[in-house]
Amino acid sequence: MSEFLDILALSVKALVSQSAVFFALMGVGLNLHFGYTGLLNFGQIGFALLGGYGVAISVSMWGLPLFVGVLIGVIAALVLALLLGVPTLRLRADYLAIVTIAAAEILRLVFRSTPATEITGATQGLSAFGGEFYALAPFETQRTYDFLGSTWTGRETWACLVGWILVTLFSLLIWQLMRSPWGRVVKAIREDEDAVRSLGKNVYSYKMQSLALGGVMASFGGMILVLATGSANPDQFQNANTFLAYAALILGGTARVLGPVIGSMILWFLIAFTDAGLAALIRNGFIPDEILSRADVANIRFVLVGVGLMLLLIFRPQGILGDRREIVLDAS
Amino acid sequence: MPHPHLPARGAWAARILVVALAGLAVFIGFAITTQAPASAEGETIGVNLRTSLSGPIEGVEVTVTDDQGDEVDQGQTDDEGRYEAELPGPGEYTVSINPDDLPDGVTAGASTRQVTISEGDTPTVPFALSDGSTGQGGGLGRIPQLLAEGLRFGLLIALCAVGLSLIFGTTGLTNFAHGELVAIGAIVAWFLNVDAGISLIAATAIAMVVGGFVGWLNDIALWRPLRRRGSGLIAMLVISIGLSLALRYLLNIVFGGRSQPYSDYRGQRANDYGPISLTDKDLLSILVSIVVLVLVALMLQRTKIGKAMRAVADNRDLAAASGINVDRVIRFVWVLGGALAALGGVLFGLSDEVFWDMGFRLLLLMFAGIVLGGLGTAYGALLGSIIVGVFVQLSTVVIADELKYVGGLLLLIVILVVRPQGILGSRARVG
Repeated sequence: MSEFLDILALSVKALVSQSAVFFALMGVGLNLHFGYTGLLNFGQIGFALLGGYGVAISVSMWGLPLFVGVLIGVIAALVLALLLGVPTLRLRADYLAIVTIAAAEILRLVFRSTPATEITGATQGLSAFGGEFYALAPFETQRTYDFLGSTWTGRETWACLVGWILVTLFSLLIWQLMRSPWGRVVKAIREDEDAVRSLGKNVYSYKMQSLALGGVMASFGGMILVLATGSANPDQFQNANTFLAYAALILGGTARVLGPVIGSMILWFLIAFTDAGLAALIRNGFIPDEILSRADVANIRFVLVGVGLMLLLIFRPQGILGDRREIVLDAS
Repeated sequence: MPHPHLPARGAWAARILVVALAGLAVFIGFAITTQAPASAEGETIGVNLRTSLSGPIEGVEVTVTDDQGDEVDQGQTDDEGRYEAELPGPGEYTVSINPDDLPDGVTAGASTRQVTISEGDTPTVPFALSDGSTGQGGGLGRIPQLLAEGLRFGLLIALCAVGLSLIFGTTGLTNFAHGELVAIGAIVAWFLNVDAGISLIAATAIAMVVGGFVGWLNDIALWRPLRRRGSGLIAMLVISIGLSLALRYLLNIVFGGRSQPYSDYRGQRANDYGPISLTDKDLLSILVSIVVLVLVALMLQRTKIGKAMRAVADNRDLAAASGINVDRVIRFVWVLGGALAALGGVLFGLSDEVFWDMGFRLLLLMFAGIVLGGLGTAYGALLGSIIVGVFVQLSTVVIADELKYVGGLLLLIVILVVRPQGILGSRARVG
């Protein structure tokens, strides 16, 4: 029983943990791309990678102050949005999908390659860039705190706190934007691009703005991730994470301001619960080692997320909060 | 929406491709019969030191120690840059090279490597050597060799991509789970070959049947019901991603996270053919790909089902109206695509070892090939894939070997800027 309570405490922690913040930030950006504008961006993790490495490289390799690093991360994300958008935003949706996924993979492969070692640390990654960030914390970051039956290090707490503040700010921004004329144009593009064009709006420009804004949100997600984990490593930015963010978004409800936030929290609660639950079942011998070993547990989450994504789209494409009239995805 | 589609130009390109491929097949078939296969017995460990600039590196001291730290063997690389040590049995070994023996300008990324040897393993331990060349003429002598390797790689991508392109053409589905068909084929063959001890050729045949079955299952269990419901293409695309994620990590659990070679055709030495040197398995891979692709092309061109496939890809409603059973054609495309992908997977596993996410790595190159050739056209996929394969290998003249896939993906982005409809595609599909 106490073991079950431990698992539950871990899962509750996961609700607001650094993973949940990271995917909420990526998801809020994706929601703007996909939920509101109808852009099929499959390279969201690439924006996060640039944000994270923007801070890591600027601070630990170039010795710049933190805010310059943040600025560099944001600019890098903007440049990526331009580079991706220029060739593909005029083409059909699946071209953007293929190009963005390819771009994210290119970035990861380049950042982890040996020739890039002097800048990115290759597969070793970078560390020791968080000092200034943690010095900003209004509380002691060296000690641990107890909330809701789980233990939090001071650093983790501060990173998650800043992350959730960003999530709140971005969600408010999206909420206001979607009530503005800009938001109405963007949503109209999702519904019928040609109609918007015939009203004299520059569809291409609106799509580009949406891609850039959502990409910048993801880059902040990347920064929070590397600051919270204390290291920037290319394999934190596997492309499967983009699809985890999609799963979170669709679970919560696309084209809903709080959809990605709630989706990400629930997704990480479920992932932590199954991870810890399966580990406990294996430890106590309920699942024999031959069928599933401890090392496989981390992979199970992707299998479950993949199956969950399929089932959601087939049976409940609007997710938890969504409105069926407002979604691009309809498999039923 | 009607698609104006490859009229004379597609057929013309197809004919040239078929003739060229057939000619090449005859040439390679001739070459392969003049060589006797090489084989090895017992566990050995090999080292092959060469860079594009220096060629094979001779006289580098190599030391092999076991997990106790005891020296097993020591020697120097020969004039081909090779060194081979016979091992007492399976176990953990450490191979180290003496970096001081390397010629000027050549540096080793790591001078020791740890290897786990199982029964009958005869691996060649890779040492990443850098000669500082960035392509300023230094590697140009390698170009014929890289062309040959690129052709092999491109044909392999084409095998995998033909199915993907036909599925897109007939159903409109951008199937992100196609890479997993490739990996399933390779992994099924691996289990049959290594665990069950079936010869690789028989294992490949079985893997192709399994691949075809998985393709059929894909259509029957998932995609046909979704088509019947009238699901949107974007929704189906995201569903295929869910499927891909689930299958990929399932394969990781079943196969494990490490890459593993087949037990047949290991440790082959390359034979020289003029300016290029290829192992027999590479030649066989080229030959098999060509024969199979020519057969596919003939089928598309000559047989009733092939013509029906092209008709459905061209205009589905018109095809249905003229009495073609569209569902049957699509089912056939899935079976064919699955079987070809499985074959491609085995060939990839033969040259690069089998690993769980090989499918995803190939998928992006398949997309590059298909987009380059023209989305939805079978011959476009063929042509585009070969170009991508050659480009990926040739790019190693300029960029580091580990970045060669990046070249292929960049090519994809550049094509979309310059000619989004691809080489054989028509503008109306781009939209």
